[in-house]
Amino acid sequence: MAEEKVGVYICHCGHNIAGTVDVEAVAEWAKDLPNVEVSTDYKFMCSSLGQELVEEDIREKGLTRVVVAACSPHMHEPTFRKACERAGLNPYLFEMANIREHASWVHADDPDAATEKTKAIVAGAVSRVVHHEPLDTLVVPVNEKTMVVGGGIAGINTALEIANAGYPVVLVEREPSIGGHMAQFDKTFPTLDCSACILTPKMFDVGNHPNIELMTYSEVENVEGYVGNFTVTIRQKARKINIEDCTGCGDCWERCPKKVVDTDYEAGLGYRTAVYRPFPQAVPKYPVIDVETCIYYDTGKCRACEKFCPTGAINFEQEDEVVMTKVGNIVLATGYDLFDCRRIPQYGFGRLANVFSSLEFERMTNASGPTGGKIVLRDGVTEPESVAIIHCVGSRDKNYNEYCSGICCMAALKFAHLIHEKTNAEVYNCYIDMRSAFKDYEEFYNRLMEEGTHFIRGRVAEVTDAARMPGEEGKLIVQVEDTLIGKQRRVPVDMVILMAAMEPRWDSVEVSHQFGIGCSAAGFFTEKHPKLDPIATMSDGVFIAGVAQGPKDIPLTVGQGAAAAARVLTLITTGEVEMEPVRATIDEARCSGCRICNNLCPYGAIDFLEEEAVSRVNPALCKGCGTCVAACPSQIITGAHFSYEQIMAEIEGVLWDMGNGQLVPDAQPVTESA
Amino acid sequence: MPDDNGKYTYYPGCAAKGSSAAYEMSMLAVGEVLGMNFEEIDDWNCCGATEYFSINAIPAYSLVARNLALAEQMESDQLVASCSACFLNLNKTNKYMGKHPDLDQKVNRALAAGGLSYDGGLTVRHLLDVVVSDVDQELIAQKVTQPLSGLRVAPYYGCMVVRPDETFDNQEYPMTLDHLMATLGATVVDFPLKAHCCGGHMTQISEDVAFELIRRLLHNAAEYEADVIVTLCPMCQLNLDAYQNNVNRRFGTDYNLPVLYFTQLMGLAFGLDAKELGIGTEIVSANKALAKIGQVEEAPRKKPARRDKKALPMPGEM
Amino acid sequence: MPANVNGTSFYRQVVEATPDGEKLATCLQCGTCGGSCPSGDDMQHTPRLLFAMIDAGMREQVLRSNTPWYCVSCYYCTVRCPQEIPITDLMYTLKRMAVAEGLYEERDAADWSTSFIGYVEQYGRSFEFGLATRYHLSHKPLGATIGKSTMGLQMMQKGRLSMTPERIENMDQLTAILNAAKQIAAQEV
Repeated sequence: MAEEKVGVYICHCGHNIAGTVDVEAVAEWAKDLPNVEVSTDYKFMCSSLGQELVEEDIREKGLTRVVVAACSPHMHEPTFRKACERAGLNPYLFEMANIREHASWVHADDPDAATEKTKAIVAGAVSRVVHHEPLDTLVVPVNEKTMVVGGGIAGINTALEIANAGYPVVLVEREPSIGGHMAQFDKTFPTLDCSACILTPKMFDVGNHPNIELMTYSEVENVEGYVGNFTVTIRQKARKINIEDCTGCGDCWERCPKKVVDTDYEAGLGYRTAVYRPFPQAVPKYPVIDVETCIYYDTGKCRACEKFCPTGAINFEQEDEVVMTKVGNIVLATGYDLFDCRRIPQYGFGRLANVFSSLEFERMTNASGPTGGKIVLRDGVTEPESVAIIHCVGSRDKNYNEYCSGICCMAALKFAHLIHEKTNAEVYNCYIDMRSAFKDYEEFYNRLMEEGTHFIRGRVAEVTDAARMPGEEGKLIVQVEDTLIGKQRRVPVDMVILMAAMEPRWDSVEVSHQFGIGCSAAGFFTEKHPKLDPIATMSDGVFIAGVAQGPKDIPLTVGQGAAAAARVLTLITTGEVEMEPVRATIDEARCSGCRICNNLCPYGAIDFLEEEAVSRVNPALCKGCGTCVAACPSQIITGAHFSYEQIMAEIEGVLWDMGNGQLVPDAQPVTESA
Repeated sequence: MPDDNGKYTYYPGCAAKGSSAAYEMSMLAVGEVLGMNFEEIDDWNCCGATEYFSINAIPAYSLVARNLALAEQMESDQLVASCSACFLNLNKTNKYMGKHPDLDQKVNRALAAGGLSYDGGLTVRHLLDVVVSDVDQELIAQKVTQPLSGLRVAPYYGCMVVRPDETFDNQEYPMTLDHLMATLGATVVDFPLKAHCCGGHMTQISEDVAFELIRRLLHNAAEYEADVIVTLCPMCQLNLDAYQNNVNRRFGTDYNLPVLYFTQLMGLAFGLDAKELGIGTEIVSANKALAKIGQVEEAPRKKPARRDKKALPMPGEM
Repeated sequence: MPANVNGTSFYRQVVEATPDGEKLATCLQCGTCGGSCPSGDDMQHTPRLLFAMIDAGMREQVLRSNTPWYCVSCYYCTVRCPQEIPITDLMYTLKRMAVAEGLYEERDAADWSTSFIGYVEQYGRSFEFGLATRYHLSHKPLGATIGKSTMGLQMMQKGRLSMTPERIENMDQLTAILNAAKQIAAQEV
């Protein structure tokens, strides 16, 4: 090859490197490495002066390759690549040698060894860089349409922020109406705002926004593509109602003879009909026919809704519609499912009538719920005189979910307050710790103490109806150790409320695979960085928000929704995305079509072309991991920027002082290239 | 899963030869009907109950391990114990030796002093487990010639069969014995304290504690109008049966609840002779209760009550 | 780290003598164990409280407590503990330690166990009749013994209580094993 001119720069990094490694000696020594035109050391290479040093040398000395030996590529490779680019040198003709983490920091106790190791690392980089090829970043445009999956408070917020900025959004929601769990709540802590009152205006805005395409009763079936360029397939399930004709008048559900328990919106505490609108403020306002329970689909009879519909909007034969659309970014805000309390038999949920789950109780105290907001026992009539609220059900428990579900303590206090407000009942909150961390939460806890709530610090062992002593007959007995007095107590109550944990959706693992993101062991979606980036994921262009990422309260959820929107808007307004050219290429002329690489690719980036019977890498999806390069039995896949020659050269460079397999002191570096 | 010919290695435990002889008798009789082969370990020793572990650990494990070592030499790798405490000790020792190499070494060193060793090849199971999990429940139904209809049976599990290891049934609210009794045609009384402790050896240490625990169980079963309590552990049977009169005296109650082993009821349902099943050895006589079998007319199937319009649905209701 | 009253060794001793004992470090002091215990009312300290005392290094008070002796081994605590702490096994460890150091004050329970073992070590089987008689006559008031003896008689009438012990054949083998085991156990301390 033509003579290359390599510039070598050894960074002191203040004391970080120079404190252990003899950087001046290395710089001096490196002058004798093959192809090295200039070799010097400098205090802070990443400073503007350091960068200018590189740029000047490129221009004035005609450097064709640059090596900076300093910190890690993660930290400053982009910095120096940009410097090269400014000076007119292709940024991929640059190589970063890590002599801080890999030499100075790990061998701080042996400066001599650290210096020797630094030489080897530098030699490796110099040997490699002469084999680098100029590469061009791939620039892909970003489709300005966004898909938001999940129409709860997180998804609603994200959709509104992006739509208000003037960009189109398609909001996909599985249920017949948006609103999510927040639409079920009665009041929200700590302000005791009515949940529906603060939520429904936003739902209305979403329903009416010119930039938001609302697809309810719909599910995403397939996702293909990459950041800025996703092609998504959405199944719009058949409501069996022609919405162009439907006015939402309600005649159909008022006439429907089939009543079933509403396990969705009413959390199993109330009933709905087979044709139903989930709740009065539903957006969109159209009903839906539940095919599983509708008499017509079972026996062919009834059709009452059809008879009474004034506009003839009922359409029993309506079919699902599958729609394909292109979007640039995706935000997953799919929310949570509530822990099924039947998994804890000793609490009696599902067996003892007056044990209620938290969501059941929300529906109960809700003025538009099955009891009109009255707090009553399962008989629907009797007011309880005593209520026990049990914290940490299904959470903070290695038998079920190890994590703390975050909001249950506050929700439990809220329930206690509502019971005080609406009844004369004695309230017992049984807890392990009181988690009231955020704004106005501790003050709310104080308020509940002032209201006369009995706080028993103990995790309830069991709830039973087996009376043991007088006063327990006909009651539910909560057996708990009151740890603050060190004694077991049996507290007879009329009603028990279980503060159940928030769990990931039952299909969250499947969904994560569908969107190419990860899931934690618990099942919540995995963020890019738990501290600094809870919004992005490892898949560019796919973001997460709300409880789908982990248990949190409404303010945090709303915040995350907005954050996801901001991140998406960054991409949209920039208009394009740069992709690293570090990727694999298949030599199609020599590909035998064995397809071994196809399924090995973790990013699904290899397509098989049927006609030509060869495989081809999609450069936009390829992340350059190298799996296919290693796996190809014919060795005809090359990894750009990680070619065979480059890697072998680096190895030979690192082993510069091991001629013929023996350590040769004061040896001359290898002069022949691989 | 058992060997092909339904063979099990059988560890009787001390009670089986004495205070719970009826359990072993009925077990063997029922086993014959169902084609289950129980091969008793030759020269087995006491498992130490809940006593030895309270005094010295390594000898306690070794006491149990001698039985494991002897059982390992037998044909079947399924070691069955009918007593819950024996089951727990055998199972615990087997598991801990498998999980903690340090313990395994020490115990095997002790066994070596007796010329024995244990390699961990056994699966330890409770008798109820093999009856409900290995035997086709259809077969059991077929063998029922005298269904226990009219008999209200309260299935009592006690603690050590379902805890601490979750193997074949729910640890808080087990149901397998309930289902078995239903298969025999009995009316199953699902009383909430069915897996609560009978007190074990507390009868010897503190009558205050023990009698109260026994009283709770009797009270609960009686509240639910059981005719007979069915058990699967000799200790539970002893406590509930032999001490019932003591409990009555102390608390001024008049419980008259016979306590039988599930194998005895199985035998009766299979049409076997009551004496062969050891019936009559119980302190609180079962005669009156058993006379109800086939006498009481089954209550006509009630039409499901019209749903009370005001009542709220229960979880899981459709 | 546990507070230092008699040194940190008590906590470590308890933990090391129990399989999976190290899980005790994660005790939340939630009280599920104390809440579940059927004999909790009669214990001087709830199990949870005892663990807090162990963590505080209160060796004597813990080993003198009647708590482990009133454990009925129902395992509710173990199964319900949210941190999967082997609570019942820890109770057995405390019993052993109390006996080994002679600190137990709940004499009846410990003596019952020791007597039981005495028979097993002699015959290889338990001998209920001998055990009950000997134990009750030396530990319980006469009234209670008479109450039990009625029951004993009833059992004998039904053929459920033998007056003679049964000995296993290979008693020598068992004795050798137990002796070896005791030696190994002694080496651990």
